[in-house]
Amino acid sequence: MIEIRGLTKAFGANHVLRGVDLDVGRGRSMVVIGGSGTGKSVLIKCILGLVTPDGGTITVDGTEVTRQPRDAFLARFGMLFQGAALFDSLPVWQNVAFRLLRGAGALPRREAREVALDKLRRVGLGPQVADLYPAELSGGMQKRVGLARAIAADPEIIFFDEPTTGLDPIMAGVINDLIREIVTEMGATAITITHDMTSVRAIADNVAMLHGGKVRWSGPITDLDRSGDPYVEQFIHGRAQGPIETLR
Amino acid sequence: MTRLLAGLGAAALGLLAALGRIAIFAGRTASHLVRPPFYPREFGHALMQVGYFSLPVVALTAFFTGGALALQIYAGGARFSAEAVVPQIVAIGMVRELGPVLVGLMIAARVTSSIAAEIATMKVTEQIDALVTLSTDPMKYLTLPRVLAALVVMPVLVGVGDVIGIYGGYLVGTQKLGFNAATYLHNTATFLQATDIVSSLVKGAVFGVIAALMGCYYGMASDRGAMGVGRATKASVVAAAVLILAANFLLTQAFFAA
Ligand SMILES: Nc1ncnc2c1ncn2[C@@H]1O[C@H](COP(=O)(O)OP(=O)(O)OP(=O)(O)O)[C@@H](O)[C@H]1O
Ligand SMILES: [Mg+2]
Repeated sequence: MIEIRGLTKAFGANHVLRGVDLDVGRGRSMVVIGGSGTGKSVLIKCILGLVTPDGGTITVDGTEVTRQPRDAFLARFGMLFQGAALFDSLPVWQNVAFRLLRGAGALPRREAREVALDKLRRVGLGPQVADLYPAELSGGMQKRVGLARAIAADPEIIFFDEPTTGLDPIMAGVINDLIREIVTEMGATAITITHDMTSVRAIADNVAMLHGGKVRWSGPITDLDRSGDPYVEQFIHGRAQGPIETLR
Repeated sequence: MTRLLAGLGAAALGLLAALGRIAIFAGRTASHLVRPPFYPREFGHALMQVGYFSLPVVALTAFFTGGALALQIYAGGARFSAEAVVPQIVAIGMVRELGPVLVGLMIAARVTSSIAAEIATMKVTEQIDALVTLSTDPMKYLTLPRVLAALVVMPVLVGVGDVIGIYGGYLVGTQKLGFNAATYLHNTATFLQATDIVSSLVKGAVFGVIAALMGCYYGMASDRGAMGVGRATKASVVAAAVLILAANFLLTQAFFAA
């Protein structure tokens, strides 16, 4: 359902994406791995139009994203930002319910709050945090509020940018299960960026590894351990020695 | 020499380009006036921030300036035995020039800087991107309510400033300079004309739009990181102050240079 072909993006002399090809099927969970600074976040921002690509095409459901009516297009997406990106002028529950409170088909405040409390519960946060402000939460709690906001309107397509970084192992497990559940039960299409190999194995149907501005390897999760690709091998085993330079 | 000229030329071109971008930004803001959805909550919040919470600083500025003005006019007028004009000149000076300009500059300091810092921080922490992914146009949600609030509330602030400035002059005049209270007020009231007051309020509205627009523009255009936020804040206040003074000259010209 998402098709990326020959995507390029440079910031000045920094050529981040040099021709990325990627396919994500409907209702599938794609995990993108790759070293820090390889352009994983930029890649998903390109799909959402937050970053304008220099070249290449991105189509969703067969139509190029730039040709789709912007509001209807964005209404199908949920996005968890790497830094959570919570609105610090709004309390937690209004962050989560942001989309529900606004626009056509907005819910009454009471109902929207109920939905927000429910989504917070699913990311392991009790009702006592609902009226706090984001600045009063720990980093991991902010991340989970961001996650609750991303799934609040039950979007068809969800992007998670490092959903488990900064979480303890138990909470990371809860979030991994949640993402898996959203894909299998709600039939959502997901792209998750993560460095955490436990998450990769828990979440992924398919894995793509980004390196040198291109997709170095991609395939089903079952093939990850026998990819035969020295880059992938080095990455998944976290070795300092190998073809990937450690100075970048 | 050519280097100097080239530098000047580049600076002038840069200034024109910036003005062009600001004009486009203003146009885009205005275009959202007629396209729903609207965000009344944000507007109400901005009204409080720009208007209500600015009242103390506006009142103090105007009060002291009005008092100082009375002292100066008395001292200056005494040189050719024209001390009696204090009420009239204080009124004209406050209403036509000092009220709007000082309130405008105080708003640039207080409101422009806080808008720019807030929006720039939102930009840097990806909150603006998050707004977009939540189908909310940042121009509509952040810029329009602030600019509109400043447009509505600044004439009120300037009006308040004018009155308090005149009152400052009145206090100094009656308590220190020996003016008769009733005569002072009578002279003030009869001397001021409708154009004086209208020009004062129009200036207020224009300065308000400039102040809010500069905060939003530089905030949205900010670079990444804390330094970006600092730069955006500084640039917004400087631009707002300069544009307010330039607009003041043009408006004074339009109203009074007949
Ligand atoms: N707005 C921007 N302006 C300039 N350069 C940028 C911008 N956004 C990203 N970059 C650059 O693009 C490169 C890739 O950034 P990106 O955030 O996509 O990395 P990443 O793969 O998500 O890394 P990480 O795993 O550390 O989050 C980096 O070199 C970064 O400096
Ligand atoms: Mg990233």
